Amino acid sequence: MDLLIVWDTLPAFLAAIPTTLLLTFSSLALGLVMAVPLAVLRISKNPLISMPVYGFVVLFRGTPLLVQLFLIYYGSGQFREFFEAAGLWTYFRDAWFCAILALTLNTAAYTTEIIRGGILGVPHGEVEAARACGMSGLLLFRRIVLPKAARIAFPAYTNEVIFLLQATSLVSLITITDITRVATVTAARSFDFFELYIAAAIIYIILVYGLTGVFKRIEHWMSGHLRERPGAESPAQGKAAVESVGGLR
Amino acid sequence: MIDLHGYGWMLMDGLKVTLLVGVVSLALAILFGLFGAWGKLSSSRAANRIASTYTIVIRGIPELVLILLIYYGSSTAVLRISEALGNKVRLDLDPFTAGVITLGFIYGAFTTEVFRGAYQAVPVGQIEAAKSAGMGRILMLRRIILPQMMRYALPGLGNVWMVLIKATALMSVIQAEELLRKARIAAGATREPFTFYFAVLLIFLAITLVSMQIIRYLEAWAERGVRRA
Repeated sequence: MDLLIVWDTLPAFLAAIPTTLLLTFSSLALGLVMAVPLAVLRISKNPLISMPVYGFVVLFRGTPLLVQLFLIYYGSGQFREFFEAAGLWTYFRDAWFCAILALTLNTAAYTTEIIRGGILGVPHGEVEAARACGMSGLLLFRRIVLPKAARIAFPAYTNEVIFLLQATSLVSLITITDITRVATVTAARSFDFFELYIAAAIIYIILVYGLTGVFKRIEHWMSGHLRERPGAESPAQGKAAVESVGGLR
Repeated sequence: MIDLHGYGWMLMDGLKVTLLVGVVSLALAILFGLFGAWGKLSSSRAANRIASTYTIVIRGIPELVLILLIYYGSSTAVLRISEALGNKVRLDLDPFTAGVITLGFIYGAFTTEVFRGAYQAVPVGQIEAAKSAGMGRILMLRRIILPQMMRYALPGLGNVWMVLIKATALMSVIQAEELLRKARIAAGATREPFTFYFAVLLIFLAITLVSMQIIRYLEAWAERGVRRA
């Protein structure tokens, strides 16, 4: 074991953490902005509206993110003249742009399904009550449906955040210096693959469980009015929160 | 249609490797999952600890990092340890083996949860009835618990398969001759990266859609004896 190399690489690792987090959160934010309207369209009873969204979701959830990333980053080169003529080549030449584009489209597809589940989970009685109060359309959606759907969908969205954080490791393959790439590049020179990848793994574990903790806090805060009064809280809650970490992508 | 410039056969070879990797990794993941679930449900505290640590650690590490760690790291680690013990041992995992072991190990953590949930879904009354009918532990496991567990586990396992088959694309990073790696070679030779990556995208989409149908069929088959209201 050569722990010295890990110590020497630590500044590079620490410098790469913001890169990983920046990629994660910018893609999450953009993906969420896309996903809310897409989820609404996905629920539409008109198949001409819902089917294209369903197609988008199946395309991005049914294929590997790595292939999507390569298709956008390397694949765009095949149509260089077209992109140059459209003035878009400066974007598609840039690994960061391609990485965020691929991650955004990917997370948007997953988030669309999560939000759709949340919207479908809103009790019909609440919508009826809102209608009886005279709310309709956007007001009803903004005041009643969306807040409730957000609370229902939040635990699943926490998983999505964790998965996207881990998925950003793929950008190391298109030359972006994130946590994984720091380990790869350093190990290629010193051959300390074992030590450096273990170090990278530990950093990811800390980030994943740190973020999970933060999102559990937010969930707790969001559902304050649904909890028992202080003192009456069931001890099983804390345990269930720990168990439900992670999920499947 | 897409013109593959005669590289279509190469993609087909890659597809075979991808599917083989997927099936072998799934089998391995089921094996790890059964052990993991046994550990989580066991009354032994040590087994609990090991199984929980396994699932918690695996879920915190990106698949790519684990694949790189096992493929490149294991040979360094074995060499270092054997050097410390006085003799040199070389361990050279081929990409296929390293990839299958890693994917099996990663998705074993997910099947652990699937099997644990499935075991808990078997009604306690049935286990009591089996005991009172005089069945021993092994017989009860074989006749009562496992058959029902498999039915409850099926949707979860289907989910794991869909995720796992996509994750096989990561093995291209360690030069396993699967679909994406073949496409990379073909893209380099023809200078048409979009054509080949798009073909791979469509192949994966086809795998997903076919898998969805098969899983739906299997679930219907497994529930053929369930009475519905």
